[in-house]
Amino acid sequence: MSHTETALPPISEQNRYIGKSVSRPNAVRLVEGRGTYVDDIDMPRLVHVVYWRSPAAHARITRIDASFARLMPGVVAVVDGVEMAKICKPWVATLSHLAGMKSAPQYPLAIDCARWQGEPVVAVVAETRAQAEDALQYLVVEWEPRPAVVETETALDAATPVIHEALGDNLCFTRSLDTGGVDDAFANADAVAEVTFQFGRHTGVTLEPRCQISDFNPSEKRLTVHHSQQAPHMMQDLYSRQFGLPESNIRVICKDVGGSFGIKVHAYPDDFATVALSIMLERPVKFVADRLESFTTDIHARQHRVTGRIAAAKSGEILAFEIDDLTGIGPYSMFPRTSAIEGNQVVNLVGGPYRHQQYRAKLNVVFQNKTPTCQYRGVGHPIACAVTEALVDAVANKLEIDPLAIRKQNVIRDNAYPCAGASGVKFEGLSHEACLEKIALMMDYPALRAEQENLRKRGVYRGIGFAALIELTNPSAAFYGVGGARISAQDGATIRLEPTGVVTVMVGVGEQGQGTEGIFAQIAADVVGVPMSAIRVVTGDTDVTPYGGGTWASRGAGIGGEAVLQAGFALRKNILSLAAVILKRDAETLALRDAQIVDTSTGESVMPLSELGRIAYFRPDTLPAGVTGELMVTRHYAQRDYPFIFTNGVQASLVEVDVETGFVKLLKHWVVEDCGRVINPMLVDEQMRGAVVQGIGGALYEECLYDDGGMLQNGNMADYLVPMAAEMPDIDVAHIETPTKSSVLGAKGAGEAGTAGAPAAIMNAINDALRSFNTAVYSQPITPEKVLRALGTI
Amino acid sequence: MDNSMDTTLDRLTVQITVNGQLERREVQPRQHLIDFLREDLGLKGSHVGCEHGVCGACSVMLNGKVVRGCLVLAVQADGGSVETIEGITKSGVAADLQAAFIRRNALQCGYCTPGMLTAALDLVQSRPAATREEVREWMSSNYCRCTGYQAIVDAICDVLAERAATTKAKIGAEK
Repeated sequence: MSHTETALPPISEQNRYIGKSVSRPNAVRLVEGRGTYVDDIDMPRLVHVVYWRSPAAHARITRIDASFARLMPGVVAVVDGVEMAKICKPWVATLSHLAGMKSAPQYPLAIDCARWQGEPVVAVVAETRAQAEDALQYLVVEWEPRPAVVETETALDAATPVIHEALGDNLCFTRSLDTGGVDDAFANADAVAEVTFQFGRHTGVTLEPRCQISDFNPSEKRLTVHHSQQAPHMMQDLYSRQFGLPESNIRVICKDVGGSFGIKVHAYPDDFATVALSIMLERPVKFVADRLESFTTDIHARQHRVTGRIAAAKSGEILAFEIDDLTGIGPYSMFPRTSAIEGNQVVNLVGGPYRHQQYRAKLNVVFQNKTPTCQYRGVGHPIACAVTEALVDAVANKLEIDPLAIRKQNVIRDNAYPCAGASGVKFEGLSHEACLEKIALMMDYPALRAEQENLRKRGVYRGIGFAALIELTNPSAAFYGVGGARISAQDGATIRLEPTGVVTVMVGVGEQGQGTEGIFAQIAADVVGVPMSAIRVVTGDTDVTPYGGGTWASRGAGIGGEAVLQAGFALRKNILSLAAVILKRDAETLALRDAQIVDTSTGESVMPLSELGRIAYFRPDTLPAGVTGELMVTRHYAQRDYPFIFTNGVQASLVEVDVETGFVKLLKHWVVEDCGRVINPMLVDEQMRGAVVQGIGGALYEECLYDDGGMLQNGNMADYLVPMAAEMPDIDVAHIETPTKSSVLGAKGAGEAGTAGAPAAIMNAINDALRSFNTAVYSQPITPEKVLRALGTI
Repeated sequence: MDNSMDTTLDRLTVQITVNGQLERREVQPRQHLIDFLREDLGLKGSHVGCEHGVCGACSVMLNGKVVRGCLVLAVQADGGSVETIEGITKSGVAADLQAAFIRRNALQCGYCTPGMLTAALDLVQSRPAATREEVREWMSSNYCRCTGYQAIVDAICDVLAERAATTKAKIGAEK
């Protein structure tokens, strides 16, 4: 089912790599343990920082006494928030296009009051990490507990304490959307289904924790930050502004990054604190989060309570959706992307695949004393998709219509594009109908239904669940730039012919394992006309690459890939122009294939590329006057045709529910995905599989559990359950290709759709299995306990 | 301050053969094997993931058995023999697994990969007839957030099949 080659026409003269399942060149060093992650880096005079973090959800800090800690062996400095605030400005994370949004000033280290368990308060720096941790035990911090705002449902009540008095209340952001006609649609409907959904908080659990080395050179006021990060230029800009340094003085380097998923695209308080310490101490400072710090300070996501309604006619036609979403984001909106985006996305995306015209949504985003939440793989999509798809199943059940049939009936037609969805989101071109057709064939749907029926007679409860979805990719400046966030929507690629004929490609979009550098090499090799082995890709260094946004919102292939494509075309053109001069021929008669300049009429080599490189660099004296080889070119690309280029897909899940124990066994998962032109089918398939499993984690296992006082109860990997190999199903992936016309490459994003659709497909499959008991579970993660409660067993 | 606070004073000498090379070093009794390998010997191929024995990123071979470097103290390895991904790579003992991981794209960020390969090596050596289900079960010792595991399972199953075919051919040739 997978690893099929693209069916689209080639975009380069010699098409050898684009559309093929080529192995990633950078995988070699990783399988040999020769990568370079931040914690692998050592340097002279490097010191290590650990942070004293708030032990309570809400605490007034009354006294900090570092006198004992300072006497401990190896201790270099102990620094509090007041001292640090002298060199680092506070920030307020809002976006102007999210009208009325508010948040409070936040400092690298909390001053006077800590507002979530894990918020950094005091920095302890020592020559080794062990020494810093030893000294931490002798740091005296006195604090008084303050009432914590834990529940989102009561966060806005008059009786609930206000976390930031200056803000007046605990409301960060609210939004309403109403197309009109919703009440009429529900009044005239033949069937209405209403469901209240709960989505648990979960987090990214990157295997490599967040980490950085900040190195300040006082002589030139030059700051170098080695960072495990997805957006190096964004961090360069933020360090520049918060510390008042010219951005050209700041270099952010991201070598190998051990998993990101959105966890590493935000600016954390301890990022700024570690930089501040290196400026204060004038030496390199390393911070590596331990696992408890990861659980309490990496962003969380997805804590939503959504009440949803759907209206449908007897024919099966979906008439309207309505949702009311309440989400809790912690005590601060996260810098600089803000914590209102996830809820905003839920409002934009509910009902996304369907043709209904009536939609109403309400969103409240509230503050609470828990770890801040922000954008994590899928960003709102898993919530919106689960709500939409469960409502579709609920109303189909009432009308006794097959779940696949009601989707086929209601999705936007493949020939209806471009068009807009009921929420106002604009679609360039999607393929819901083709995807539904394909998945039914892949899974042999009628046979599965027959098998399900037979097994049910024997007391085996299997369920089949579908999830149609849309995914926002290739964002324009509409995401952040228009709201005032200095996050580049544009990306660039510089491509250089070296004298020997090899090609170096430098790109603003970096690699965190997706295979980004691999696909850039495929594109460059095909477009320039050299073998992939002649391509070297460099990313993740603000001193070296063109300016760019980095990796987020599934933009790496679509935006970065197009920049590489355009730069490659330009370099090829320059090479052929120079070859024409050297060979005294018309450039039109020449082509570049396999690193050879060839005669297009005979296909035979007339000059190796290395010879052109030799002449251009070492013997320009032999070239005619006025001729210079421009063998390094830069091209940029920003998607400006639509706010976002949406993709679509459908997933299906087959599960077996043990009605005695409530355990869910995942038997099989299918994905049909349309991400436009597939540059590397194997890599896209693997993005899908990894993302599906991440979605399964949220659907079945993962939740950050808090007690009534706002204390995290399961901040370790034994108690916070993540998917492991044994429980995961095999996942079949297939593709439909509807290339975007907004670029020559035609690629859309593929990184997040798996996470977007899996929770919905799993939930629908479980509820399909439970259907004969007339019960359903709408609270994720769907634990065995919740299944047994739904069954009335406990 | 009382010198008893200074745990750095308290050191023991260990002799550990690491990737075939005898290392004689002074270590703190509290130092974990993974920190000894990474910090003292500069072998950065094994990674620290959870530091509480769940994720498997720090898996190394100690006296021929897979251990978690964060659950073993360096002093416990005294007199023993340790193989890390650097040694495993150099000896070529897992070359087919490494090639299969690349071919199947059984790694993305690569942070789990050295530990994953170490666990996989133990599997293919000790359970040459493992089924796909047994591979999934065995590899549940190691956490990967990127791949969803299928490609890892596929890669290991490929190697099991290749090794079985080679063994069969060898036996056939001997006959």
